[in-house]
Amino acid sequence: MIVTGTRKGIGRELALHYLAQGWTVAGCSRGAFDDPPEHYRHFELDVADERSVVAMVNSVRREFGRIDALINNAGIASMNHFVLTPKSKIEDVFSTNVFGTFLFCREAAKVMMRGKSGRIINFATVATPLRLEGEAAYAASKAAVESLTRIMARELGEAGVTVNAVGPTPVDTDLIRSVPAEKMERLIGRQAIQRMGTTDDVINICDFFLSPRSDFVTGQVLFLGGIG
Amino acid sequence: MNMMQGMNAGVTNVSQIVLSAIKDMNRDLQLEQLRDADDTTALYCDDSDLDSLSLVLLVGEIEARINDAFDSDIVIASEKALSLRNSPFRSVGALITYIDEELAAK
Repeated sequence: MIVTGTRKGIGRELALHYLAQGWTVAGCSRGAFDDPPEHYRHFELDVADERSVVAMVNSVRREFGRIDALINNAGIASMNHFVLTPKSKIEDVFSTNVFGTFLFCREAAKVMMRGKSGRIINFATVATPLRLEGEAAYAASKAAVESLTRIMARELGEAGVTVNAVGPTPVDTDLIRSVPAEKMERLIGRQAIQRMGTTDDVINICDFFLSPRSDFVTGQVLFLGGIG
Repeated sequence: MNMMQGMNAGVTNVSQIVLSAIKDMNRDLQLEQLRDADDTTALYCDDSDLDSLSLVLLVGEIEARINDAFDSDIVIASEKALSLRNSPFRSVGALITYIDEELAAK
């Protein structure tokens, strides 16, 4: 499988979890992966760089002959009033979250379609359905990921490839470290189950989408915490 | 069927790779249009039997075989391919010419 954004946070935990489950994992991030375990291949790249993504997916296909799953975890956030958001910032957010997700889906789908099976999991966010103030760029980019997920699912349905998305609540990672505590409490207060999310919550949804029994589940965006 | 089974490992000629991929893919697609394909065979045009999913499968297969044979990372459905006045997907010959040009440009 391919997991993007594996250097730290949820992406690293996903890679280690699936390695422990017996998968061979190819991961990527802008930096190096510390202490790479056996059966892990790391690629240093920017997920929005088309040439690098094409080269990585071709390299994985050549080495392993197939790609069973793709988890598009790589993402960046921007927390700022939209009036104070420079164009370069929203471009950065869309480059990583939308274009990076699109490129990996496109290239992995080519390989999966040849084998007539595959699972793609994208990353949405509760910031989109909650219409979170201060996260316009981030939430809009993830809204685009939701649309990509639903339409790609239809375009790949007959090819045996499922495409779904998980929408995590805030999880204690670098992505949310700059959010003030008071704002975080208000956000969690809007959830049906009022606690911070964990990496295990996200892994559980990924396990479900990857399960052989989930081959009739596609085009879904599953939000954690009772939001949606 | 594993589509790679039809690949002749010694073949590095674009025309042969494309025609071999079409022949192998058509075992599943079963399109009269692609039977005994050659340079003049229509691919994706007004009077084509090829639907969009079949075209996607075919282009993906050809792209993988070309990239493996030439150790390249070309993307056939590039911005250039989609902006050309005469689509490289209109016929087998046009696609072969386009791939030849892309490989030469790399």
